[in-house]
This record gives sequence, structure tokens and C-alpha cells, in this order.
Amino acid sequence: MKNWKKVLALVLATGMTLSLAACNGGGSTASTAPSDTGSGEGGGSTSGNVSIELWTYPIGQFGDQETLDGIIAAFKEVHPEIDVTIQLLDYTNGDTQVTSAITAGTTPDIIMEGPERLVSNYGANGLMVDLSDLWTEEATADISAVSEAVVNACKGSDGVYYEYPLCMTTHCMAINYEVFEAAGALQYIDEETRTWTTDDFVAAMEAVRDAAAAGTVNVMFPGIIYCGGQGGDQGTRALVNNLYSGTYTNAEHTEYTANSPENVEALTLLKSMVDNGSLTADSSFQAADELQQFANGTAAVTFCWNASNQSQYAEQVQFTPFAMAFPSDDGEPELCGGIYGFGIFDHGDEAKIEAAKEFIRFVCDDAEQGPESVRLSGFFPVRDSFGNVYEGTENEARMSEFQVMMPYLGDYYNVIGGWTEQRTNWYNMLQQIFVSGADIQTAADEFVTASNANI
Amino acid sequence: MNNAKSKLAGTSTGYKWLSVVILILLAVFFIFPLYWIVTGSFKDAITINARTPQWFPLAPTMENYAKLFKNPAFRWLGNTVFMAVMAMFLTCLTAALAGYALAKKRFYGRGLLFTIIICAMALPKQVIVIPLLQEMNILHLADNIWAVILPTVGWPFGVFLMKQFSETIPTEILEAARVDGAGELRTFFSVVFPMIKPGIGALAIFTFVNSWNDYFLQLIMLTSRENWTISLGIARLQGEMSSDFGLIMAGATLAAIPIVAVFIAFQKYFTQGIAMGAVKG
Amino acid sequence: MAQNAPAVTAERKPKKQRQSQFSGMSKALIRRETISAYLFLLPSLIFFVGFVVVPMVMCVVYSFLDMGLDVSSATFIGLGNYIEMFQDKVFLKGLLNTAIIVVVAVPTVTAFSLWVSSAIYQMKPVSRSFFRCVFYLPVVTGTVAVTVVWKWMFNTYNGLINQVFGTSTNWLGNEMTAIWCIILILFTTSIGQPIVLYVAALGNVDQSLIEAAEVDGATKLQVFWKIKWPQILPTTLYILVITTINSFQCFALIQLLTSGGPNNATTTIMYYIFDTAYKYQRFGYANAMGVILAIIIAIFSAIQFKVTKTDN
Repeated sequence: MKNWKKVLALVLATGMTLSLAACNGGGSTASTAPSDTGSGEGGGSTSGNVSIELWTYPIGQFGDQETLDGIIAAFKEVHPEIDVTIQLLDYTNGDTQVTSAITAGTTPDIIMEGPERLVSNYGANGLMVDLSDLWTEEATADISAVSEAVVNACKGSDGVYYEYPLCMTTHCMAINYEVFEAAGALQYIDEETRTWTTDDFVAAMEAVRDAAAAGTVNVMFPGIIYCGGQGGDQGTRALVNNLYSGTYTNAEHTEYTANSPENVEALTLLKSMVDNGSLTADSSFQAADELQQFANGTAAVTFCWNASNQSQYAEQVQFTPFAMAFPSDDGEPELCGGIYGFGIFDHGDEAKIEAAKEFIRFVCDDAEQGPESVRLSGFFPVRDSFGNVYEGTENEARMSEFQVMMPYLGDYYNVIGGWTEQRTNWYNMLQQIFVSGADIQTAADEFVTASNANI
Repeated sequence: MNNAKSKLAGTSTGYKWLSVVILILLAVFFIFPLYWIVTGSFKDAITINARTPQWFPLAPTMENYAKLFKNPAFRWLGNTVFMAVMAMFLTCLTAALAGYALAKKRFYGRGLLFTIIICAMALPKQVIVIPLLQEMNILHLADNIWAVILPTVGWPFGVFLMKQFSETIPTEILEAARVDGAGELRTFFSVVFPMIKPGIGALAIFTFVNSWNDYFLQLIMLTSRENWTISLGIARLQGEMSSDFGLIMAGATLAAIPIVAVFIAFQKYFTQGIAMGAVKG
Repeated sequence: MAQNAPAVTAERKPKKQRQSQFSGMSKALIRRETISAYLFLLPSLIFFVGFVVVPMVMCVVYSFLDMGLDVSSATFIGLGNYIEMFQDKVFLKGLLNTAIIVVVAVPTVTAFSLWVSSAIYQMKPVSRSFFRCVFYLPVVTGTVAVTVVWKWMFNTYNGLINQVFGTSTNWLGNEMTAIWCIILILFTTSIGQPIVLYVAALGNVDQSLIEAAEVDGATKLQVFWKIKWPQILPTTLYILVITTINSFQCFALIQLLTSGGPNNATTTIMYYIFDTAYKYQRFGYANAMGVILAIIIAIFSAIQFKVTKTDN
């Protein structure tokens, strides 16, 4: 009797627990179902519809729910038979989410980012769909007319296109115009071409340093070399490479060359500037932290600037941030580029792949939506035929500042193997050189050996 | 004897005052970050990043909150509350039963089971989460709030805690109950439960707060924006090249309010240990 | 007389375990106890086995594979991952840093929370609640917000700490100070839970025993060690194990504050595991490190069990 009661009670307790779990599981599925169609606009998701999922990194306004809802609504008008759901990624956690989705088989259909992820990572691992039919002759010619480098960057080492690009930018640096003016350093820059030579750069930074010491300008440091992480490392890479026209990789993108004499000379120069106070190095800073110090007037230059950063910091800066190319011994800068576009994960479902391609065509190639998509990204079109997409908009003047830099676009070496590992190696190398005072040649050699090992 | 006792009392009042002073200083140290977060949420970007800190927002702005509520912040809050409450309820129920059995029952496999529990706790969640996501995908629970709740309930911290609390129950009382003819469940609910109530109170709080803050599991399991929790929403407010501190602080303030409320509400459940003495007497 | 009572209970337990746990029980009783025990355990076991043990076993399996992003092409490499680990400089550095964090944080957190709890548990309910709440605040606030605010306070140029002390130290960017900053923040986020538990456990100590001992002229210290300590021992054990696990698994702080730098001065095993899995996408290797980490933690826990069991 006693036993029986005990068993019954326990079974009841367990049953209750489980049914509770089951009930609520059902309840919550029900509550998510309508939201799925909610983003599909119109909600008329008939059973014949193909539904695809899009994940975007925050490239300009492609990180905004509203913007994407607008694009999807416009797409729906043309293709009511395709439902699109979206997921917004951020750069802090996005890679973690995509990586775990890949291993668990829960990847989206479309993903938006640059070739270093889409082509050299996912594509190289055989996860992506061949996008050759998006690259029509017309499209290829149109994109080549802007930059051959973009076309090549979207192709894997097997010659297959894994990305279809929408927009591009160059990463440059910026100076605090008023501080430079007060320090008498404007003489060292060419405001027309936005270029300067290495000697000009050294002289300008020293002028700012001396003016700060004399109290003429209110900055703490002329510039900060940030090396606390990989965020914004294109800035430090471009700085080092440009000073004496070194290259980051060889022309074939098969090995790293950061220990070349030019690069070592550049690192040596930067080290001497850190030592004499015309620069400082900070191993707890990433680009976002450095930008913040530029924005609040602590530093007079930032090494991580582009059109998107400018608009993000616009409301905080109380001075004129003046975009500049990186200083170069020959006065001919080679800037790092950013290329952003779409790729499709291969789930083996032809209907979904076709629908995804349809979506990409609409966003990138449509005569109206294409230029609008580019404007939303805040960057520049990869298609020559789009012309100046900012003409007649409120951003025209602002964007023309960066348009000047586009011809300086250098080699897009990000497609080299071992990219992720080398980013960690790079900031570790900078830390060793600038913070721990390691021998420069040795540290650079170690960087190259370690990074080449992962190719 | 008398003398010694009064001397002891003297040092103990001195010690008492000293400890109160230290406690207050520490309290300031612990409250300050929160103060900085709350006041930060009322500052604009220029003030927050100013080179001289402003101790109090002289020109308070609601802009950060306005920006925050442009997002479905209440929906996220609702998801989070649902998740935390379910996880708390299920964990307390299952862990109290299991912890008692582990502490007070003698049965085959007890040692082995306990070893597995400790090993499971030792295995980092970051590693376990990939197979877990695969499993959730098979169960069709991916991007569902239950994909976060179920592993939280399964995580054996609660069982371990309740086992430790149940161990303080004197075996004599259980034997007395058995002699009185009480069944297993009646013994549990009328004898054991009142004694481990402070432990359950603590466990309830911990589960609630930990599942609230367990950002990593949520990040991997929940993808669509409608299903996000408030911590995911806050994390998403940070950009790659800019961190909107004010917005993050506003989000953190909003997220902290319900937890502080729950914490204060549950205080009474783990304050008094009279239960123990009362049963014994 | 009264003083002896707890000592007797405390002594009986280990003796029982050292012999068989079943000593003096009939076969039928053992069977009945086993059945009822598993019924009590059942609800919990469903969740535990389903959502912890199953993935755990899969983790161990993965640790023998060379597995990258393309899961289908994973290959079995036996102990390859385990061998690589002990030749990996970053892993060994991480092991050292983790050891420093554990060795410093665990005793400090435990001792400090015990001290705070002893000081506050007899206070008036209002002030006791106040202090308990205050020390729990950093946990409540959430890791992301807490680290963001500390990062802001530690900032070299416009951080509060340098402003207040008039220094210009780069706290997080210096090899000597970075790990101590991490430990400090870890400390503030770790003591909340132990304090709540200790206050609860101290409140559970039989008041009549304490009074009896005080009447017998026992000093405060004697009362603590002879009466309170044995009764809060299970709680202490829990706190030790949990704090050890949390310190070993310290990760979010490092990811958000230092990315393991400068010069890997703050790289912990857990941070390295995370990077290996999600940045370098080497799941097999990451899982192998996870298994080793779990084994190390389990050994530590076993030692803690042993020590606290034979303590008195």
C-alpha cells in the first residue's frame, strides 16, 4: 500500500514535469510561427511558397531590421512566391553563430559578408553553392571595369565563384583637422589627393606631439597603435605596409611577407616613433577603442577609418575628421579594400538555391534596388554602370571625400589561406614589438613562420 | 572567569565595528559599477567618452532609452522572463528530489552517478554546445526558447547543491518519520522539504539569474530576432567599430531591474533557518 | 555535553562511507531503497542524460577526430589531439595562467565570503538583506555590462581609475597588471553566490548548540570551529567546487577585456578552447582540450572532497 502510493506520486510528479515541458514547447512553437511570416510581409505564406533564410553581418544599414524589412517587402512585390526570413549577426558573436550553425547543419540559405569568410573559409570547405550563373558576361565586365581585384576575390582557389559582390570600400585613416591646423601640421598633407609621404607623416606627428607638449593643442597622443585584438587590424596592416611600400603577402597570395626588409623598416620606424612619443602603442585597445579616443580628442589621428565609421561617429565628434590615405614613401598609397556581397550555403535543395539566387539578383542587379542597396550599405558600388549612387542625396559631399580614395585600392590579399590564424599572430607580433620590446626582425620572422604554417 | 568574559566582549565590539566599517567600504566598491552603469545610461555619447568623467549626469538624457525601445525590448524581456522562470521552476523541482536521494538514500550506482555529475559540471559548456545544437536540431527545437531551458535544467549544479543541503538533515529525523509510517513522498514533502527550503530559495535565485545571464547558450540556440533574450539584444547593440556605451548601459539597467526584484522577493525564503531547530526540538 | 553532539554526527558520516554504504542493511531494504532513490532521481535524470550526458559523450568522441568546418570529412586520429596539446605553447601558457587564477581566486573567494557571511548573518534582517544584495549585484548586472563598465573604468586615457589615482597606467595592456585586473573582476562577480549560501547555511546551524556552548564558556573561535564549521562543511565543499569550476572556466571576461593579451598574459585554457573551436574551427582539438580541462577540474574536485571529508 505504502509502496504503491509512493510510486504513483512519483509518476505523477514526473508526468507533470514532462507534460508541462511538452505543453509549453507547443505553446512557444505556436508563438514563433506567426513571427516567421511576419518578416515575410503580407503573411500570405501559402504552402507553395519557397522560404529562404538570410543572415547579414552589420554592413552599413544591413544590420537594421527595418532596412531589411524594406528590402524584403520590395522583393515580395516582384516575387510573392518567395518568403525571406532574416537573422542579424554582429561582429563580436557572428562567427561563433555561423560556425556552430555549420557544424549542426542549421545554416541559412544566404549569408552576407566578404570573401575572406564566404570564399576562403566556407567556400574552401565545400559548403557554398557555385554562383557562376550570377556572374553573367555583362556583370563580370561591369564589375571588372571598377576593379579586377573584386572579381578575383570572389573566386575560390578552384576558380569557382562563391560570392556575388554588392559593394566595396577602402579602409583609410583620418586626422583631426583642427588639431593639425593648430599644430601647423597641415603643410605635411596634400588636401587635394589626401596623400602624404612617410617623411611628412613623421614630421606631422612630431609637430602634433610638440604642440601638445606646449599646450597649443589639447591631445594626449598624436596617434595610438592599437594591438589588443584583431578588431580593425586592416588599419595597422596598411600602416606598416605603406610606409616603405612593403607587401603583406606575395602577389600569388601563397605566403606571408611581413618580414620583408620594407616591412621591418616600417616597424622599426614606428617603434622609434613610439619611443620618442610621437605615437603610442596600446595592447588593450582594438580599433573601436582607438576610434573612441580619436572621437573624444585624446588622439589626433585614427588608423581605422572609412565611410561607415565616419557616419557612426558623426554625432560624437566635435571637430572635422579629415580622411587621409596611409603615408607612403613614394606618395602612392595602396589601401586595403573591403568587399561585401552574398553567398549561398549548399543544402542540396534546388528550389531554395534558385530562390536565393533570385533574391541576390534582385538586391544586387535590379536597376532600382541595386543602387539603393549600395546606398544602404554606406559604401561604393562594385558595378561601374551604377555610377555615383550618392548623387543628389544628402550624403553626396560626405561620400565624395571617400570616393577620392577608391583609385588607391590595393591588392585584395585577404583571400590567402590561414587568414584567421594570422590575425591573431599579427596583433601578438605588434604587442611583442611595441609593448615587450622584442627584436623586430625576429618577431616578424616568427609571425611569418607561424602564419605560413596554416596556409 | 567573569573578567575574561567581559574582556572578550570588549574586543568583540571593537571587532564588530571594524567589520562594519570594512563592509560598508566594500559595499561602496561593489555598488559603484552598478551606479556607473545606471548613471551612464542617462548620459550622451560625448559625456560618456569625455576625458574627465562626470560623476553625476548633469544633463540627463533619455535618448539611450528611446533608442533601446526602438527595438522590441519588452518582447525580449518577456522571452527572458519566461525562460528564466521555467528553468527555475523545473530545476528546483527536479534538483530537490534528486539531491535528497543522492544525499540520504543508499543505492546501487550512487558513487558512479555522483562522479558523472561532477565530471559533467567540469566539462566546459562552450565545448558541449555544438553537439547540443545538433541534438536540438534533430528534436526540431532549434531557435526555440526550450532549447535553452532544457539544458539549463539538465545542468547538474542544482542537484549538487541540493545534495549538499540535504546532507545536513539528521538521519534520525528521517528514521523517525519512517517509524511513524510516513511514505517516501510524505517524508519528503513534510520533513525534508521544510528543512532544505533555504537551499531551494538559493537555488531558485541562482537558476533564475544564471539562466538570465547565460548569454552563450542563448547566442547559439536562438537565431531569429523575435526569440532573442534581453542579453542577446544588448550584445547586438554593440558594433564592430563603435560601442554605444550609453545604449548598452540602458539595456543593462533594464535587464537588471527584474532580477533585483526577484532577488529581493525571494530573500525571505532563504533567510531563516529556524526550520531545522524547530523540527529537532 | 552539548559540544560533543555535532562532533559525533560529523564523525559518523565518513566512517559509514569508508565501510560499505550498505552496511547493516538487508537485501530487500537495499532493493527498496534503490528503487525509491531512482524514482526520486528520475525527473532530474531525464534532463541530465538527455541534454548533458549525451552531448558530453559526443564531445569525448569528437576529441579523437580531426574535425573542422566540413564535418563529413572528419577523420579519426586517435590521441593525436591530445599529443598536440602538450606541445602547444599557447595551451601550456594558458594552463599556467589558469592555474594562477584558480590558486588566487578560489581561496580568496571562499575565505572572504565566509568572513562576510559570518559578519552579516546575525545582523538585523534589513541590513543583512542589504549587504547580501550588494555583494550579489555584480552577478545580477550580467557579464556583458559588468565587463563593459570595468573596461571603461580601466581605460588608460579617460578611465576613472587613472583619473582618481592620478596615474597613467595601462592596466589591461600591461603584462604585469592585466591578469590581476581579470582576477579582481572575477572576484567581484564570484562572491555573491557563496555569500548567499553561507548566510543560509549559517542560519541553519542549530542555535541551541551555540547557546549551550557559550554557556559552557567557549570562545567565539571555538564555537565557530567546533560547532558552526562542521555544519557548514557541505556548503563549503559546494562553494569550493563551484568556485574552482568557475575560475577554471573563466572566459567571457577575457574575451571582452583583453582577448588573451598582452602577449598571451591572460590567455586561459577556456579562452583558448573557445578560440580554437569558433575562430580556428578545429572542433576536434577544442574538444580534446575541453576533456583535459574537465579531467583537471575533476581531479581538483576529488581532492576537495577528500580534504573536506577528513578535515575533522
